[in-house]
Amino acid sequence: MMKTHLLSINDLDRADVISILDTAEELGKISDGASKKLPTLRGRTIVNLFFEDSTRTRISFESAAKRLSADVINFSAKGSSVSKGESLKDTAQTLQAMGADAVIIRHSASGAAQRLADSGWISAAVINAGDGTHEHPTQALLDAYTIRQNFPHFRNGFEGLHVGIVGDILHSRVARSNVLLLKKLGAKVTLIAPPTLIPVGASTWDVEVSYNFDDALPELDVVMMLRIQSERMQNSFFPSEREYSRQFGLDARRLKMQKSGGIVMHPGPMNRGLEISADSADSLQSVVLQQVSNGVLTRMAVLYQLLGGAPLTQQAGA
Amino acid sequence: MAAVLDAGDIGRALKRIAHEIVERNHGTSNLTILGIPTRGAFLSERISAILAEIDSPVPHGTLDITLHRDDLRLRPPRPLLPTVIPAEGIEGRDVVLVDDVLFSGRTIRAALDAIGEIGRPKSVQLAVLVDRGHRELPIRADYVGKNIPTSATESVKVLLSEIDGDDLVEIVTGS
Repeated sequence: MMKTHLLSINDLDRADVISILDTAEELGKISDGASKKLPTLRGRTIVNLFFEDSTRTRISFESAAKRLSADVINFSAKGSSVSKGESLKDTAQTLQAMGADAVIIRHSASGAAQRLADSGWISAAVINAGDGTHEHPTQALLDAYTIRQNFPHFRNGFEGLHVGIVGDILHSRVARSNVLLLKKLGAKVTLIAPPTLIPVGASTWDVEVSYNFDDALPELDVVMMLRIQSERMQNSFFPSEREYSRQFGLDARRLKMQKSGGIVMHPGPMNRGLEISADSADSLQSVVLQQVSNGVLTRMAVLYQLLGGAPLTQQAGA
Repeated sequence: MAAVLDAGDIGRALKRIAHEIVERNHGTSNLTILGIPTRGAFLSERISAILAEIDSPVPHGTLDITLHRDDLRLRPPRPLLPTVIPAEGIEGRDVVLVDDVLFSGRTIRAALDAIGEIGRPKSVQLAVLVDRGHRELPIRADYVGKNIPTSATESVKVLLSEIDGDDLVEIVTGS
């Protein structure tokens, strides 16, 4: 059963995840038809509260909400009262007073979504759209959806599937959410990165760690490339971009080494030429664009499950 | 608890409905059958099989109406069920909706909305195994297996062999 908020993959058990993926799949079949718009969330207000730059996540949530007929308010920190020094609390209370039913929050501080959900400032459902280097649960869900779409044998679990997550694991909330979700679904996960970009706690994650991309590649059904997050790097984590690219970048040579039938994923935005070469990004193995369209369906499923039913208080009485 | 239709009755009712569908539409050439999951979908499969036997095979699919319900906010979210629209679509077709029990009519209203989103059929007809009355909307069925007058405190339970192991319709008192 779905909770009030979606803050972390840990909020979901395996059955919740499968149910979200199934719902997204049905929504996909419906929007393949003539109509892309469903009346389900008519009259509900969803706020995109983005304190950090984002294009695809915000647009993806916005189009998911609009396809379910919800009203969408976009609120970005730039050009708002936040730049005048308004606190998260005041912003939240303002949104509450405006009657927001759900708040989708992205923030550069880890734990911001949790803070908003626990504070009592707001009664809306809170969806974490990326908080610092902590989590980005809807990205992990859409990645799982994309994997399932490409490996139809693994509909009800990823036992026997091997996923490599490559690159800047240290700064990546996408990697964190994906590790949690992939383990929940039973996949084997290998982190591949220079030692400086593997977080200290990774040894407790029940994953394998490799410092050699070439050795790991022939085993991988799924190669998940991560963006090098220069904006979060205050120190140098590798000697030069060129050296990083040579050791951990996905180029045409490495693409041929991957297990046959495998796929290449990237959460975007891609640094072409750094972690992924242009020909790998545009190759047949690449499912980057599928990830984008699946993002809308998965987020529709999450919004439907959080907002589609009665408010929790009402359910208790019913 | 009282059984009102047994397996034989259900089989005969569906056979009669299939014949009525053919008669009213002068054949099956423009027909499309859509079942409303869960049990309506199984009934529509059976009706399609009978139509194939007595006339000719017809396009057949399922239509989930969950996202069009008007009582979404009164209940916990429900899982979505499969929607399968036949390849030829429903544009200009005579669509026969199939459901197990016709009660308030709200499911059918939602189904009409769902159909309107997909296309514009030439006509929409409704076949139900049981009509138990208590309509809340101006909706009626074109083909009825059995009219079962009920009181508001009773409920009608339809069991089908595909998922329930047995074919049976019964009235359950006290909800």
